[in-house]
Amino acid sequence: MSMRARVLVVDDDPALAEMLGIILRTEGFTPTFVTDGEKALAAFKEHRPDIVLLDLMLPGMSGLDVAKAIRGESGVPIVMLTAKSDTVDVVLGLESGADDYIVKPFKPKELVARIRARLRRGDDVTPERLEIGKPGLQVQIDVPAHQVTLNGAEVKLTPLEFDLLVALARKPRQVFTRQVLLEQVWGYRHSADTRLVNVHVQRLRAKIEPDPERPQLIQTVRGVGYKAGLG
Amino acid sequence: MAGPPSAKRRPRRRPPAWPRRFAGRALDYAGRVATPLVSRFRASLQLRVVASTLIASTILVLTFSFVVAGSVTSGLLTDRRDTAVDETVNAVERAAEQLGQYNSAADPALGQTMQRVVNDLAEDPVFAPYLLLATGDGDVVKSHPVGGIDLPSQELRELVRGGSVAAQHGTFDFDDAERMPYLIVGAPIQLTVDYELYAFYPLDSEQDAISLLRTNLALAGVALVLLLGVIAALVTRLVVTPVREAARTSQRLAAGLLHERMEVRGSDDLARLAGSFNLMAENLQSQIRRLEEMSMMQRRFTSDVSHELRTPLATIRMAADLLYDTRDDFDATAKRSTELLQHEIDRFEDLLQELLEISRFDSGFASLEVDAVDVNPIVEDVVAHHSALAEDWGVTVTVHRPKRRVVAEVDSRRVQRVVRNLVSNAIEHAEGRPVDVTVAESETAVAVAVRDHGVGLKPGHAERVFDRFWRADPSRTRRTGGTGLGLAISLEDAKLHSGTLQAVGEPGRGTLFVLTLPLQAGNRVITSPIPLRLDEEAPDAR
Repeated sequence: MSMRARVLVVDDDPALAEMLGIILRTEGFTPTFVTDGEKALAAFKEHRPDIVLLDLMLPGMSGLDVAKAIRGESGVPIVMLTAKSDTVDVVLGLESGADDYIVKPFKPKELVARIRARLRRGDDVTPERLEIGKPGLQVQIDVPAHQVTLNGAEVKLTPLEFDLLVALARKPRQVFTRQVLLEQVWGYRHSADTRLVNVHVQRLRAKIEPDPERPQLIQTVRGVGYKAGLG
Repeated sequence: MAGPPSAKRRPRRRPPAWPRRFAGRALDYAGRVATPLVSRFRASLQLRVVASTLIASTILVLTFSFVVAGSVTSGLLTDRRDTAVDETVNAVERAAEQLGQYNSAADPALGQTMQRVVNDLAEDPVFAPYLLLATGDGDVVKSHPVGGIDLPSQELRELVRGGSVAAQHGTFDFDDAERMPYLIVGAPIQLTVDYELYAFYPLDSEQDAISLLRTNLALAGVALVLLLGVIAALVTRLVVTPVREAARTSQRLAAGLLHERMEVRGSDDLARLAGSFNLMAENLQSQIRRLEEMSMMQRRFTSDVSHELRTPLATIRMAADLLYDTRDDFDATAKRSTELLQHEIDRFEDLLQELLEISRFDSGFASLEVDAVDVNPIVEDVVAHHSALAEDWGVTVTVHRPKRRVVAEVDSRRVQRVVRNLVSNAIEHAEGRPVDVTVAESETAVAVAVRDHGVGLKPGHAERVFDRFWRADPSRTRRTGGTGLGLAISLEDAKLHSGTLQAVGEPGRGTLFVLTLPLQAGNRVITSPIPLRLDEEAPDAR
C-alpha cells in the first residue's frame, strides 16, 4: 500500500482512544478520532477512512446505528470494538453492517491483524470472471473490477460480501466449512467465531437470492458449511 | 365324485355375518362407553364418592330388608302354624268321636263315615277349609278335589305315622281355584284303626301381608339409596367445587398467570383453603417478581461490569503489550516487571472472562447457539492448539476418532471451550504420561473423553472437581495459572446442552473426563457412548 491507510476510531473512552492512536501510528496507519456517535457520520464523510473501528456502546447515537448509517453510505470495512461477547450483541452488530468484531480487551497485534485482513484487498489485475447459478438466476462476478451482476443487474456488495462470494464461486460445488471461510475471507488463522460466517452468508443471500429463506445460489450443507449452488 | 353343487354349499360354509358384526359393534360401543366412564371415574372425586355411597347403602338396605322381611315372615308363619296345630288337634278329637265305632279298616261303612267326617270338618269354619283323611292302609278321603302334586309328601306322612303332629308348606289348587300356598298340618288319630288327618290352611292373607311388606321395603330401600346418592353428590359437590377451582387456579398459576386468585366465600374451612391458597399465590408472585428483578439486575450488572472493566483493561492490555515488545530496551528490573505485568494481565483477563461467563450462567442468560457441526475437527483443532503446552509439559496427546463425520447439533463455541478446558487440565495433571482424547457416538449422543494417567483423583474428589475455585491440593503450584473456574464453566456448558460432564479417577491411575451431548438439540442424554470407567482403555472409535 503506497498511502498510509486512514483509520476512523469511534470510541468514547479517551485513554483507550489515545492508546489505540499510539498503536495505530506505530503500525503505520493514520488514525482520526471521534468520541460521539452523532459526530461519527460527519467525520466519516469528511475523512473518507479506509476502515472504521467502532465501539458499540457510545453516548449519543448507538454504535449499531452508526454502523447502519455508514453502511448506507459505503461498503467501507467496519470492525466493531465491543465489551460484550454475548451472542445478541455480537449478532446485532454484525447484522447492522459490521464486517468483523474484536472483544475488549484485545492484544494490539490481534487488532492490527484484523485491520490488515480487512484492508487487504485483492490487487488482482489478471482478468477473472466467475459465474454461478443457471439461466434466469445467474450471478456474474468480475473479480478485478469488483463488480457483481444478478441477471445482468448490478448488485452492490460490501468488500467482505464480495470476498465471501468470490471464495465460494471460485470452487462451485465444493463445500466450504465455516472454519475454512473464516481463514480465507476473514484472515483468521485460528478457529474463530463461526457466527461471523452465518451472519454474512445471510446478508449476502439477502442481496442475491430471490428468496433468502430458500437459498439456491448459496446453499447450506448441514453439518459442514456452505457451497455455491450450481444448477 | 359327484359332490353337491358348490352353490349350495357356499351359504352353509359362511354363516351370516351380521351376528358377528353386531357383536363386534356392540363390543365397540361398550368399549367406547366404558373407557371414558372408567377414566371419568378415576378422575372425579365426586363420582367416586357417589358411587361408593350407592354401593355401601345398597348393601346396607338389602341386608336390612332381608333381615326385616325374614323375621316378619317367620313370625307370621310361626303364629299361623301354632293356631293351625291347635285347630288340627281339635279336629282330630272331633273325628275320633265318629271314627271310634269302627274296629277294622275293612268295614265297608268306614269309607262313607270318613267322607262325612272330612266334609263336616271342612264346612265348619272353626277348622281348615280343606281336609284329607287317610287310613294306615292307604285309603284316602278328600274334602275337595286337589290338583297339582300328589300329596301330602312322603316325609310328612312318615312323621305322622310315627305318631307326631307335623306341618309342611306347599302350593296346591283346590276346586280348580288358583294355585295358592298352604300350610299342611298332619296329625295321627290313634284308635283301634290308625288314621291320619291332614288339614290344609290357606296362607293367602299371610302371603299378601308378606308381599306387601316386601314391596314396601323394596320401594323404601330404593328411595333411600337414591336419596343417599343425591345427598352424597350434593355434599361432595360442596367440597369438590372449591377444590376443583383450586386445582384450576393452581394450574393457571403454574402456567405463569401469576395474577390468578381464588374466590373467598364465607368463613368456613373451604374459605380458609381459598384464603391460604391466595396467600401462597401472593407470596409466590412476589418471590418470582423479586427473582426476576434480581436476575435483571444481575444481567445489567454483568453487562455494566463487563463494559466498565473491559474498556480500561483494553487500554492496560495494549500498553502492557507495547512495553513487553520493547522490554529488551529496559534494565533487568524493569524488564522483569514488564514480564510479570504481562503475565498477570493475561491471568486477570482470563479470570474476568470466566467470572463473566459464570455470572451469565447464574443469571440464566446463557444462550445456546446450536448448529449442526462435525465434532471431530473441533476436537482436533483444540488438541493442535495445545501442542505447544503439551510439549512444555512433555506430554503426548493422541486423538482417537471415528473416520466418518460425527455431526451433532451443538454450540461449537461452547463445545470447543469444554474440550479446551479438559485437554489443558489433562496436560497439566498428566505428569508427563500420555493423554488420550476419544470421540465416539451412539444413535443419540456424542461423547468426548479425555483420559490422563497422572495424579488421578482421591475418593470423593470426582464430584468436587467441578466446584468453583476448587483445588485438589491447595499447596500445589499451578504453572499454567488456570482460573479454577474452567471445569465449573464446562459443566454449565454441558448442562446447557442437556448433556453431561462427568469425572472418575483414582490416585496414581489418572483421571477420565467424559463429555456427552445429545446429537439432536433439545434431546436429553441418557447413556454415554463412552463408559465412565478407568479400567477399560478408551476403545478405538471406528
